[in-house]
Amino acid sequence: MTTDVAEPVEAVAIAPAADPGFLQRYGGTIEYILIPGAALVGALGVFGIFVAMFGKNPLDLYFYMYQGAFGTWFSWQNTLTRAAPLILTALCTALPAQLGMVIIGGEGALLIGALSATSAALMLQWASPLAVQLAMACAGMAGGGLWIMLSGGLRQYRGVNETISSLLLVYIALAILNHLVEGPMRDPASLNKPSTREIGAANMIGSIPGTDIHWGLVFGIIAAIASYILIYHTVFGFAARVAGGNIRAAKIVGLGVGKLILTICFLAGASAGLAGMVEVAAVQGRTNANLAAGYGFTGILVAFLARQNPLAVIPVAILLGGISASGGLLQRRLDLPDASVLVLQGIIFLFVLASDALYGRIGFLKGKS
Amino acid sequence: MIIGEPPLPEGTPGIDAIAMTMRFGEFVALDNVELKVRPGSFHALLGENGAGKSTLVKCIMGYYHPTAGSILVGGREQAIANPKDAHALGLGMVYQHFTLVPAMTVAENLVLARDDVPAIVNWPREKKELEAFLARMPFKVPLNARVSDISAGERQKCEILKQLYLKRRFLILDEPTSVLTPAEADEVLGMLRNMVVAGELTILMITHKFREVMAFADDVTILRRGKLAGHGRVADLTPDDMARTMIGAEELTVQPARIGEVTATRLELSKLNALDDAGAVAVHDISLTVRGGEIVGIAGVSGNGQRQLVEVLSGQREAESGEIRVAGDLYHASREEMRQHKMSLLPEEPLKNACVGGMSVADNIAFREFDRAPFASGGWWLNRAAFRTEAERKIGLYKIKTRTPDTPIAALSGGNVQRAVLARELGGDVEVLIAANPCFGLDFAAVAQIHAEIMAARNRGAAVLLVSEDLDELLELSDRLMVIFHGELVYEARAGETNLTEIGRHMAGH
Repeated sequence: MTTDVAEPVEAVAIAPAADPGFLQRYGGTIEYILIPGAALVGALGVFGIFVAMFGKNPLDLYFYMYQGAFGTWFSWQNTLTRAAPLILTALCTALPAQLGMVIIGGEGALLIGALSATSAALMLQWASPLAVQLAMACAGMAGGGLWIMLSGGLRQYRGVNETISSLLLVYIALAILNHLVEGPMRDPASLNKPSTREIGAANMIGSIPGTDIHWGLVFGIIAAIASYILIYHTVFGFAARVAGGNIRAAKIVGLGVGKLILTICFLAGASAGLAGMVEVAAVQGRTNANLAAGYGFTGILVAFLARQNPLAVIPVAILLGGISASGGLLQRRLDLPDASVLVLQGIIFLFVLASDALYGRIGFLKGKS
Repeated sequence: MIIGEPPLPEGTPGIDAIAMTMRFGEFVALDNVELKVRPGSFHALLGENGAGKSTLVKCIMGYYHPTAGSILVGGREQAIANPKDAHALGLGMVYQHFTLVPAMTVAENLVLARDDVPAIVNWPREKKELEAFLARMPFKVPLNARVSDISAGERQKCEILKQLYLKRRFLILDEPTSVLTPAEADEVLGMLRNMVVAGELTILMITHKFREVMAFADDVTILRRGKLAGHGRVADLTPDDMARTMIGAEELTVQPARIGEVTATRLELSKLNALDDAGAVAVHDISLTVRGGEIVGIAGVSGNGQRQLVEVLSGQREAESGEIRVAGDLYHASREEMRQHKMSLLPEEPLKNACVGGMSVADNIAFREFDRAPFASGGWWLNRAAFRTEAERKIGLYKIKTRTPDTPIAALSGGNVQRAVLARELGGDVEVLIAANPCFGLDFAAVAQIHAEIMAARNRGAAVLLVSEDLDELLELSDRLMVIFHGELVYEARAGETNLTEIGRHMAGH
């Protein structure tokens, strides 16, 4: 054992002076596509082995996964419907990541957003549907935003690790939701599954004309594009990237780091809160424990696979939406247990996290002579 | 031990590096370089940042595989595939930065460094052996002290002792004195010199400091831009000869003369207190004033509170108590205050303290102004063209060597990172400038340029607070000098009325 391990760091510092060629310029981008892609393929391979242990043919598995996700117009619609909340919850992780924060509590913000949106709708039963929908969106975003802002505030003013606090807040959110739907907000008619009252069919936001895909997908895509513009083209995003890249540099140029953290956390939570509102206003029609379907947690996976890039979140969310959409077909055709899609998601997450170690280490991308 | 390993050469080996070429892509880091280190000699390797010194020694140590060329150890050609091979040949390297584990004792660090640490360490026996080993060594270090408790000088001695304990007979030292006071540096190098004279060791030392070359080295090899620029016996050369060989035809920036009047007080600290990361008092009741048109220097051995003082002034640390006034107004290091009072900050280690390594040179240059026109349209939309135009202008003006303005700043050499920060901080009007070790680890051209810029800012009427561990720099630039010791200012004098010895005495706390 020697203590010379510090050395490779210096080696990296010298290397980038070289080679202004194609790989130098685009090597980074290629890496961002190649490595997560390879991680995905690797994960599918391991999942194939897992399935083979159940005595099923992995090739059948891949075929049905494709069929169930992208094979028909029906499966496309199913996929896109599932992608919508994933885009929004992924932003809940991807936005704070620009500041160097790891927020994994999108599920909590989604639940609080759903609860706030439902409350707004139930209080405004006399108003026009458009007003109700707007109020639901505002309430959902405000609720989710404040929820994640709580994590940001704890981090900024109390030094509490935001990853832990945001995760624990998920369970608090779930407890609040359960308390309200089983107590004060319970619809007496909901016997088996305690729920709130319905927001009313007129107040539902409906589908994109000609499809069964609800408007949440459009909200998600707009939010992702807006986030991208915010981060890469505005003064606010620039300040956030400075603070996220090096907090000491941000302080030396006098940037208000606390304000940045709170604002970004609010926007992140608002995005997940909007996902909750969409789930209520487009799918469930009411709030109950069904909302804790794990979209918030899958969103973390989407954000990491997308390398925290708000634009890349869109295709990745569609991909993972497809994987979850194919779950039903796998269950029917291959007789696989319901949870096997979750197993696949877990394997993907492990592969993606492990693949992080590969950045900057792929020989042919470094432009060696 | 590995079977088939070449036997260790008798005594201390010499090293010949012949026709070394190292390419990284299209970039030639070493071009047909030759280095001949006689056995039992003290050899200095000189060159500016980026001249290829580190690349050359990394080839010798097996971290890099040269594109072409061969290495002879003790006269025999050796294929050094990795650092383990180099260690087996008795080659060892001491880095600029410490590689000891701070939470462990000196003895534990030494034993840990061995290749053959047993699963269960018999500490009484190891300690006895270490004591016997230390008795033969010219350096003494406290074996049972934790590394975090000993001084930088002692740590550097530990690093060297570690190499000797591992039976390395050829030592490569990479700027070994950059963290030491002049007295500590002389002590360590003097002891090594004695071991060389006694024929126990051969040394190859990378350095910037001519004083050390003149005092301790036998031979010198000078690199410039990856090529061999010259070599010879130190006795036949003067520092001027060496400097000229190092820099080549490059013109150094001429420092402007000291002109202008001292004006009103611009920066005023009163009873300032600050804690370090561990919560101990690092800055204690510091009060000082800096007026326009003067440079106030603060000297001190590293770790006496100057880092925390600068961090408070630059908004990186909260003061515990006391107040800072700039032009009479209370100051809390907010962006508005920095802007209103035209504050500039040149922190030490600019890549760590003032830049975002992954962002481009153009972005880094714009950190102070990005939220105003012309960089921001309407106060919120970034105008990329303005970033680029401004960056191109400043890259030319401040001679920043970068491939493009869009290159990540972390890819630049230390001197060029500091030039970029200089361009950002001194590119506009400056009323108050706070600089901390602004030239640490930089080459001549960068040092001359930075000194000239600081002097020019002073001459334009700025109040300059210069915190530095380099006494020559302080004596050269300051109008007034203070010494910080254990977080307090213990000495103040006009620069013309004091000298190195007097300052050194106060730095040591006497």
